[in-house]
Amino acid sequence: MSFLDLLELDFVQTALIAAAVLGLVAGVLGPLVVTRKMAFAVHGTSELAFTGGAAALLLGIGVGYGALAGSIIAAVLLGVLSRRESDRDSVIGAILAFGLGMGILMLALYKGRASNKFGLLTGQIVGVDSTDLNLLVISSVAVLVVLAVIYRPLFFASVDPDVAVSRGVPVRTLSIVFAVLVGVATALSVQVVGALLVLALMITPAAAAMRVTASPLRATVLSVVFAEVAAVGGILLSLQPGLPVSALVTAVSFVIYLVCRGVGAVQRRSA
Amino acid sequence: MSAISLRGARLSYGDRVLWDGLDLDVEPGEFLAVLGPNGSGKTSLMRVLLGLQPLSSGTVSVAGGNHAIGYIPQQRALDQSMTLRGRDLVGLGLDGHRWGLGLRGRRERRIRVDAAIEAVDGTRYADSPVGVLSGGEQQRLRVAQALVGDPTVMLCDEPLLSLDLANQRVVSELIDKRRRESDTAVLFVTHELNPVLPLVDRVLYLVGGRFRIGTPEEVMNSRTLSELYRTPVEVVRVRDQILVVGAGACEEQTHHLSAEAAS
Repeated sequence: MSFLDLLELDFVQTALIAAAVLGLVAGVLGPLVVTRKMAFAVHGTSELAFTGGAAALLLGIGVGYGALAGSIIAAVLLGVLSRRESDRDSVIGAILAFGLGMGILMLALYKGRASNKFGLLTGQIVGVDSTDLNLLVISSVAVLVVLAVIYRPLFFASVDPDVAVSRGVPVRTLSIVFAVLVGVATALSVQVVGALLVLALMITPAAAAMRVTASPLRATVLSVVFAEVAAVGGILLSLQPGLPVSALVTAVSFVIYLVCRGVGAVQRRSA
Repeated sequence: MSAISLRGARLSYGDRVLWDGLDLDVEPGEFLAVLGPNGSGKTSLMRVLLGLQPLSSGTVSVAGGNHAIGYIPQQRALDQSMTLRGRDLVGLGLDGHRWGLGLRGRRERRIRVDAAIEAVDGTRYADSPVGVLSGGEQQRLRVAQALVGDPTVMLCDEPLLSLDLANQRVVSELIDKRRRESDTAVLFVTHELNPVLPLVDRVLYLVGGRFRIGTPEEVMNSRTLSELYRTPVEVVRVRDQILVVGAGACEEQTHHLSAEAAS
């Protein structure tokens, strides 16, 4: 089949729409996640999304719902248990390890197709069907709407917590709400790139953007562009050779990151 | 009407009393320095005024309420890679606490932020990432951040800490200029009175649940401080400096509002 024939397939189109929506959400959240130093939290949350997905598989309900439930529980747990920043790393480590273990147990008990199991860890975007797509679009819109409402105080709390507190910004509450938003976005990404590689959409594009600009607005716009290029571009590149989507998404994402590091280094030297 | 007013204010954690029976009025344009050793309740006083900490008893009022307060924190190294320019930091002081994206009124916002930056002579580096600025440049932007919201009260929490002498002077003169021109009341928490001594109208000195309020001459003398510390303390004036001997009053201290808010 030619490249264009592949593009006409329904499941390919669904996958591309899913990737575009995800790229937008992950790209918008990314700079805040990086500023708040939550890369490890995202990883921990995605492992719990895997646990939730595995539980759903075992119970015979939609994997997407399971992943969503798993990562929201994880986000709330992390928010409540790590009241101090110094606790956060160890709390995430403890929860992540336990969740992963539970997920593996549930997969072992699951008697269905093996590819379903593997997909949770490494992604299977071509397996996204129209109900999954509906869930993905609705959840994404919800995340973006909530984010639009809390964006300014959340940004304030992320970059300048002391003064934000003094201005009456509810820093603690916002950090839990944001953790839940990240949890939802993570659960959605798990379906595309898998639990192991969520960071490629949520962290790498933002980290790349923040290398080349100090303007928060420009960083967010670039982060979205980079995430879109990685997610959509990764799928397009994977079609013809029939390679795993997640491998190409992460590769594109990483190349962008390397280029931005280079550009950033040159900018700083000339500044 | 006073800018800040405390009546019979008491703050205690369990049976540990930080201060009790505190009556304090700070008038518009007045510069009040708050001194005292670690743990004497200086930061707690600031948290009470900001509405982050309820009083155990008594009343507190700040003219114009919480959003009429400009807060200047102590200088701390900001993350070098932080995606934030000087003008973003200042802009957050104007409307960072508001909900939404803030897409409306961007032009008027820019005019106010530019003016605030200009007033602290920070235009040259306003578009640089804050992480690469010097401590003095960062603190000037902090002053702009506190002033851009046109406050009736400025709360300064050790804003000169870790600045060199030249920058200490610049930053304290900016604060002084504001209160003279706009009648803004200044409450200035410090462990080192000398850099701001010429500006200070009155001193609030807190020690172990006891306190004194008065002019620097009334408070900063051997008799008063010995009473406060309940141990012999010698206060010496050398030229225009005040030296306190024997109180251990010059400890380095670090405290942050959000760190305490989180605990």
